[in-house]
Amino acid sequence: MTTPALELDELEVRHGAVQAVRGISLTVDRGEIVGLIGPNGAGKSSTLHAVMGLVPPGGGDVRLHGNSVVGRSPEDVARSGIALVPEGRRIFAELTVDENLRLGSAGRRFGDLDSVYELFPVVRDFRKRHAGALSGGQQQQLAIARALIARPEVLLLDEPSLGLAPQMVDAVFEALAQIRDSGIAILLVEQRAQRTVALADRSHVLANGRLRLTLGPDAANDTETLVSAYLS
Amino acid sequence: MTVDWQTIADAFGLGGMYALMAVGIGLVFGVLRLVNFAYGQLVMAGAYSLAFAYERGWPVWVGILLCFAVVIVLSVAMDWVVFRPLRTQTPAVMLVATFAVAFLLQSIALLWFGSLGKIAASLSSLNQPWTVGGVDIRKISIVATVVAAGCLLALVLLLGRTNVGLHMRAAALDFRTARLLGVRANRVIGTAVLLSGLLAATVAVLMTVQTPLVTPDFALRDTILVLAGVVLGGMNRLISATLGGFAIGFASGFLGGALPTNQSQYLPSFLFAAVILVLLIRPGGLFTRFGQQAAERV
Repeated sequence: MTTPALELDELEVRHGAVQAVRGISLTVDRGEIVGLIGPNGAGKSSTLHAVMGLVPPGGGDVRLHGNSVVGRSPEDVARSGIALVPEGRRIFAELTVDENLRLGSAGRRFGDLDSVYELFPVVRDFRKRHAGALSGGQQQQLAIARALIARPEVLLLDEPSLGLAPQMVDAVFEALAQIRDSGIAILLVEQRAQRTVALADRSHVLANGRLRLTLGPDAANDTETLVSAYLS
Repeated sequence: MTVDWQTIADAFGLGGMYALMAVGIGLVFGVLRLVNFAYGQLVMAGAYSLAFAYERGWPVWVGILLCFAVVIVLSVAMDWVVFRPLRTQTPAVMLVATFAVAFLLQSIALLWFGSLGKIAASLSSLNQPWTVGGVDIRKISIVATVVAAGCLLALVLLLGRTNVGLHMRAAALDFRTARLLGVRANRVIGTAVLLSGLLAATVAVLMTVQTPLVTPDFALRDTILVLAGVVLGGMNRLISATLGGFAIGFASGFLGGALPTNQSQYLPSFLFAAVILVLLIRPGGLFTRFGQQAAERV
């Protein structure tokens, strides 16, 4: 049995008196997309923040290829091979597209421009422009490209389709499928439950900080199961 | 009001020095959201180092080296002892901490060197005039302008052309996201503090030429004026803070030289009134883009 690329083991996250994540365990293997869906406030983003070291876990462990990353600073987690595409994209609007990409390889020295340009041609076409001048969809592509440029082993995405036009959502999900095929392990946090379940190798429904249900791609059209999981 | 070329040259020299101080304050503010009120005391420490070397008759270059060494060591110590442990605290806590550091350094200077002051006159020959196009201008005015321009150019190249510069700009815009990309927080903050210290030492060398008497409150008035200039220009961007520093230095130098002595006593009050007036019209700062809001923090 091989060691998973990313492993969350009984992870707990507290925000003061509020327990946002209550002992969730999941694994993500190389070349696999695992979805994490659920209503607002379920603990999805808190889970990603704990993985990246932005908030200290209240308990449990996060392992990258079997090695714990708990207690490391966000920059150390990034340098160890986990990249996050944060909610709201968080691109540097005042910097150029090229500079945003250079920042993507801040933690690891081997930038992989060619494959990123191939996946997102728009990033190459607008590389001299200020990132703030790009459309929302283009900015999201830049945010993913910036995360990919350091060739991470694990890619975390926090609501990558948020606020995008349907056509651009298709483009983002298509790109995620290609990234999976390149062997990267992906943990995808999304509000678009059906799209996520259809794309991911398996999806976990999170509610009140607990994993309620795990669904395979064939459950994408099972609306009844999805709704009952959300309301559980 | 009388205006001559020397007054204009002096104004450029002072504007350049204040611009350097504004950059030093702006660099640290950019990455830490902290206004370092102890910045003037770094300049003071550098000036005392020059006085220390001058008293012992050491060569000029040794005095300058000592000045840079002392200011850099103090800057790095300030980072390690104060900034890093308090980095996660609120801006108000860090602000008060810099006040404490400022008073501490000033008290140490008072205890060690006394209140009468020490003389740092190793570069006093720069007060002699150079004849430029038939007009006599003091060398220090030209040297200060050239040094300030050179430092600012070097800084522009560092920030614009190097990875560490890019990391600093990103950290100033959004520190959390920069860290998520692998930008090392301590390295960025350390670089900003180091550069800030280098600029403080440069200002100390230039300032002692014009004001060779070094007292515990050396550069205090200048720091307050520069802080007003930084707010005037706009704190959120380094370029606007720098321009604000230059503007208030130039205005101070120009009006100080052009106004009769009995009126120039009121100069700081006039300058602060002008700063308040400008900020009422443009709350975000004189040199920020239209529509940009005032700094929310500190």
